[in-house]
Amino acid sequence: MTTRYGAGDWIFTILVHTVLILLVIVTLYPLLYVIFASLSDAGQLISHKGLLMKPLGFSLDAYKSVFDNPAILKGYRNTLFILVCGVTLNLLVTSLGAYVLSRKNVLWNKVFIFVIVLTMFFSGGLIPLYLVVKGVGLIDSLWATIIPFTVNTFNLIIMRTAFQAVPESLEESAKMDGANHFTILFKIIIPLSMPVIAVMILYYSVEKWNGWFYASIFLKDRELFPLQLILREILIANNTDTMSSGAAAAEQFQIGETIKYATIMVASVPILVLYPFVQKYFVKGVMIGAVKG
Amino acid sequence: MMIPVIAYYVIFHYAPMYGAVIAFKEYTPIKGIIGSEWVGLRHFQDFFGSYYFWRILKNTVIISLYALCFEFPMPIILAILINELRNRKFQRFVQTVTYMPYFISLIVICGMIKDFTNSGGIINTLFTYLGFDDKAMLQKPEMFRSIYILSEIWQKIGWESIIYIAALMSIDQEQYEAARIDGASRWKQIWNITLPGILPTIVIMFILRMGNMLNVGFEKIILLYNPSTYDTADVISSFVYRKGLLEFGWSYSSAVGLFNSVINLTLLILANKISRRVSENSLW
Repeated sequence: MTTRYGAGDWIFTILVHTVLILLVIVTLYPLLYVIFASLSDAGQLISHKGLLMKPLGFSLDAYKSVFDNPAILKGYRNTLFILVCGVTLNLLVTSLGAYVLSRKNVLWNKVFIFVIVLTMFFSGGLIPLYLVVKGVGLIDSLWATIIPFTVNTFNLIIMRTAFQAVPESLEESAKMDGANHFTILFKIIIPLSMPVIAVMILYYSVEKWNGWFYASIFLKDRELFPLQLILREILIANNTDTMSSGAAAAEQFQIGETIKYATIMVASVPILVLYPFVQKYFVKGVMIGAVKG
Repeated sequence: MMIPVIAYYVIFHYAPMYGAVIAFKEYTPIKGIIGSEWVGLRHFQDFFGSYYFWRILKNTVIISLYALCFEFPMPIILAILINELRNRKFQRFVQTVTYMPYFISLIVICGMIKDFTNSGGIINTLFTYLGFDDKAMLQKPEMFRSIYILSEIWQKIGWESIIYIAALMSIDQEQYEAARIDGASRWKQIWNITLPGILPTIVIMFILRMGNMLNVGFEKIILLYNPSTYDTADVISSFVYRKGLLEFGWSYSSAVGLFNSVINLTLLILANKISRRVSENSLW
């Protein structure tokens, strides 16, 4: 159908585009600024004020100091451990739960769901959680950032709804062939629910990669700090001394600025690279999740 | 198959709920939860009577209301704007860009906020062109809430718009065509078709938001605040964190946390009830 646009519609279209272009600039520019600043020459950056449209000079010194820093490397290793073990456990237990809750003939199904959903709205609070984690002996172990967060209730509900969409007939014919519940779950249901699994991997990975708060209260040993806690020292407490030691004070101060931006890049790029691949599943995943449990 | 799931919920969700009884006790690690003495409502009375009570309650409510008024509608507006784009490529581009900040960690975001709003930072420098003084904005109590809310919008607008975009996609396209034949302008189409189409989603999101009304994102607050901005920045959950984990007032802090949880649950139930009566949309 061809539509004739009136003047009002033209103004409307222009307005919509203007607003969105402005929004894109406001969102993108701070990130570009960080990229430019991280590649800039430290001395030039420090004396510069205002917007950057390209790197000032060009220097990879900041990145060199970041990758030479043992704390960052250790942080990276700890984060990777948390990510790999954590997400594996998350997916395993969440899918078991989602599978059981998605079957209609399970005894006490409604009760389980109520008991689980309630935890989204009511919790014992921070201190009692801390005491429990202490009680089970997880303090000062990387598992403290993994085990207490095995299942994210919201993700469980999303997964359950997705599993419900798998036709029951498939499951029944598998049962006739003698498949048990594990075979049904891992050989039939999960392969058929790949979009939602992809979204879950992303959600859980972001949670693990970016998480810092519980690490900061459960871990006291600096050797165990994940990347984000090291970043907190550099970005929030403004402490880059350990990285530029040996340089003269003035030089230290200068390179400190670029190091901050370089660490931001090093810590953010991996997750930003991951998300475009899963992006097309978001709307689907969210739509499923929006259905009431 | 359910055993790991049940064990998880019992240990890490229901045990802490039980542990919350320390709010009514004088908890000491040596005596444990059961052995500690009951003190009844003393911690609650201490809290309600303290100088901090009104300050953190006021800050929590104000920041939540700001979030409700300014942050909540933004993703809805964005979703509608994106929906009005006819060019698919541009549509995807806007979405990709606006989702991006959501994936950046809070620590990095706060590091950027600190740097940009600092004296000599880019936001500050831009402000000096407009005639404002160059100052460390995060040291100013009167600016804390604006910085907090604006950065929230910046980080989350795209991500939170996804759910509305999903809702928009399920609106029947024929309605638009019929409206166009009747000569309705684009404004009118938004007002009469788009908005009513996503209203149920908006209501549900609103109820959920009410249930989290007092859970102001305290991780961000404890990263950004400092003693000079406590007056406007300190909220219930940051107070719980400070008193409980930094000053070891475990029982007192649990009482404050429990107070917070109970209010949240009450607000959620209330919002759900009102909504069911007014619009026939509800969570349960």
